[in-house]
Amino acid sequence: MRSEITDALVVGGGAAGMAAAVELDQQGFSVALIEREDELGGVLLQCIHNGFGLQEFNEELTGPEYAERWIETVKKSKIQVFTSSTLTEINLLERNLKECFIYSAVHGVLRFTTRTVVLAMGCRERNRGNVLIPGTRPAGVYTAGLAQRMVNIDGYIPGKEVVIVGSGDIGLIMARRMQWVGAKVHGVVEIQPYPSGLTRNISQCLHDFDIPLYLSHVVSRIHGIDRVEAVDITPLKNGVPDQSRTFRQKCDTLLLSVGLIPENELSKQVGIELNPLTGGPMVDSMLMSNIEGVFAAGNVLHVHDLVDFVSAEARLAGQKAGAYLRGWRPKLEVQVKPGANVKYVNPTKVDPTGQSEIFLRPLIVSNHVSLTLSLDGTVIKRQKKAHVQPSEMIRIKVNSKIFDQHTLKGDTKIVVGLEEMD
Amino acid sequence: MPDQEQNQQYDVTVIGAGVVGASIARRLSAYQLRVALVEKEADVSFGTSKANSGIIHGGFHHEGSYLKTKLELQGNMMFDQLQRELHFPFKRCGILVAAMNEEELKAIQFLYHRGRENGSAGIELCSRERTLELEPKLSPDVVGGLYAPIGGIIEPYRFVFSLVESALRNGVELYRDFQVSRVERDGADDFYRIFDRQDRKILSRYVVNAAGLYADEVSQLFGAEEFQITPRKGEYYLLDRMTQACPSKVLFPVPNQVSKGMLVIPTVEGTVLVGPTAEEIRDKEDLSTSREKLDSIFDSARRMVPKVSTRDVITSFSGLRPVLEGDDFYIEVSKKAPRLIQAAGIQSPGLTAAPAIGEYVKDLLKKAGLPLQEKPDYQAEVPRVPRVRDRRPFDVDDLVRRNPAYGNIVCRCEEVSEAEIIEAIRRGHRTLDGIKFFTRSGMGRCQGGFCTAKIIEIIMRETGLPYHEISKRGKESRVFWRSL
Repeated sequence: MRSEITDALVVGGGAAGMAAAVELDQQGFSVALIEREDELGGVLLQCIHNGFGLQEFNEELTGPEYAERWIETVKKSKIQVFTSSTLTEINLLERNLKECFIYSAVHGVLRFTTRTVVLAMGCRERNRGNVLIPGTRPAGVYTAGLAQRMVNIDGYIPGKEVVIVGSGDIGLIMARRMQWVGAKVHGVVEIQPYPSGLTRNISQCLHDFDIPLYLSHVVSRIHGIDRVEAVDITPLKNGVPDQSRTFRQKCDTLLLSVGLIPENELSKQVGIELNPLTGGPMVDSMLMSNIEGVFAAGNVLHVHDLVDFVSAEARLAGQKAGAYLRGWRPKLEVQVKPGANVKYVNPTKVDPTGQSEIFLRPLIVSNHVSLTLSLDGTVIKRQKKAHVQPSEMIRIKVNSKIFDQHTLKGDTKIVVGLEEMD
Repeated sequence: MPDQEQNQQYDVTVIGAGVVGASIARRLSAYQLRVALVEKEADVSFGTSKANSGIIHGGFHHEGSYLKTKLELQGNMMFDQLQRELHFPFKRCGILVAAMNEEELKAIQFLYHRGRENGSAGIELCSRERTLELEPKLSPDVVGGLYAPIGGIIEPYRFVFSLVESALRNGVELYRDFQVSRVERDGADDFYRIFDRQDRKILSRYVVNAAGLYADEVSQLFGAEEFQITPRKGEYYLLDRMTQACPSKVLFPVPNQVSKGMLVIPTVEGTVLVGPTAEEIRDKEDLSTSREKLDSIFDSARRMVPKVSTRDVITSFSGLRPVLEGDDFYIEVSKKAPRLIQAAGIQSPGLTAAPAIGEYVKDLLKKAGLPLQEKPDYQAEVPRVPRVRDRRPFDVDDLVRRNPAYGNIVCRCEEVSEAEIIEAIRRGHRTLDGIKFFTRSGMGRCQGGFCTAKIIEIIMRETGLPYHEISKRGKESRVFWRSL
């Protein structure tokens, strides 16, 4: 078994992993980047639509183009890249060292000893079992991301008469994609009274193709023995299915875009504490988990809407992992908590002496909202928001100046809330 | 008899490659016989045998006068030997029946005495303390329990796969996608001519009807006894291995007049099954699941194991029990059709009893005149397929050195390597479901979201099948519509 030693090991070679690895490399640390697929890039490689890179590169790129920019940077660096390699196990050793086992057809089993680990495994799609759609179990039921891979990477179209469950972004993108390859999309069925995807995707992927969006509806049954033959669609009335208004839609394919879950089985195995609100590790101002030297960034930490934000967050994780390797620690951290109308905030701690960024996920749809930061009950920052909705994450920059004239203690709390205005 | 018929001529044909048919075929493969095993589905174990509780029962549920009780206990005792030969996942973890009130305590005393009479070795009536010590995941409200240490759990499809593989290694011939649709006997010889829907034909002197849900229809095709098999549906929920609710023993509630109650079953692979319901239906193909019963199923399970949660559900599925009037197995030489053995109505505890049924049917065939002569070169053992998941990194390194495909992890949730997928394909499993049941790929929390595309690629590469013949489970269950 081959054994290696490195300063940092980054798990996952998608947008987050590459950004973290590049940052650590630029700081002069030795980095191993582990990717289970044959190429770097992660899910970006199957996202052949555009809309990526506006923040990072100031231009609109496709997923593969966005990935390519980063892959080029990785290639020019000293990062040791292991593709077609799966990390299967992390063990904690003495003096905060970590032992990682990696399986690969090329290298056999690799054993890495490292001082830091950056988790960047991304997320997985929720599936039929998770949302408990009743009915038969025929072929033709796929998660939208799997269907996207089938079409865009492998070149096979999964069906011709399609219904999509959930108005998540992948579902919306796939609605348009399926129309483009000659299939007919009969509708997108969303359980919430509002769409779960970005507004621009609703308009560009559904409205432009006259695809009906059924808000407050559910797919209540799947029909068909060998292959999907139809689904029952039921409207909700006061939050419960109104069976009397169920209608049947013929189709041969059902695509599910019903949410994403940070993929943290490895993290749990190491003993990392997870935030039940995000499904990702609970991290401090350094994006470090409860386990010393283990950092997290990107969709494994919390599910993002924009890849640009993933790259930015991962760059920060890389910076902080580097700082950690040099022995730096924040002197004081202030806790951040979700307040009114906020589902979660990330990270859950900030360093009041530096610049910080907080991501928050709203719980409401509203056009007149005031975003407030309160420090132990006193509002220290207020910002107007023209429009908020759960599918659009909000990013706030926190300047250390706002803490001036406030006494900060270890138990000081910032609460981030959204107030609806008349 | 024309020459071309010689090739399709068998001493015995077993209809149905579920656990019963597979057990019989494997048992017969130890003798100098030509044996055919025919299955209407694309792969073996695709009927009742793939969707059930996977329990090796402990011999206390039914009265000793039943044939099924006798075969259950005999079968139970055969599993250790079988596992040594066939390497399927099996664990004698024990069964615990939990009494939640005084009335239920009386019921388990009754079951205890029945178990003792039946010969359930080591069966034990437990105090509240003993019950909780045996199973700390049980609710503190438990008042006592019945413990059957001979009970266990098994991966039923893996058991069937290994039985069939063993049978094939010993000369049995398997016909997949062979739905018996017509039977002729002209009286000129002792052969049945058995046709499938594509008019494929095999000839057989003896026939065993192990057709599960369709045993009644097969019986009719042979002009044998008239009976009716009613499907009784059982719905299950599968919980992720990360659940806090995984018990160490199979947990039964005490059955009452209203309901049998829900079981909480640890699987050999570390996931948890909650179920099954019991609902008489008409359609033998109706494997649909419902939502209406979700709450009652979980309420019932939570009464025993409070940590059972719908949040851990990764999938749900249904299985159909082939129920025959009279509540016992019907395993007899047909009184109407010569040289036909009926093995019907094999519902629970059919999985447990299957090895003993193989033995029993072999004896019935002998009684019906089939000469049995042991094969000198019978091989009881099948080679083990190494699984990455079960090994430590050092051993995996060895495996990869011998075969690099062991280093390529295809299914991340269940840690299944490319080598294991290729092995499944080489052993004849060419549908997504067949490969899933053989390797566990796609059975984990992502339910194939990541690995399906990769597995399809491997099937196409290894078999040369075009994309439009890739299917979930054969027939019309095609995965793709067209290529770009």
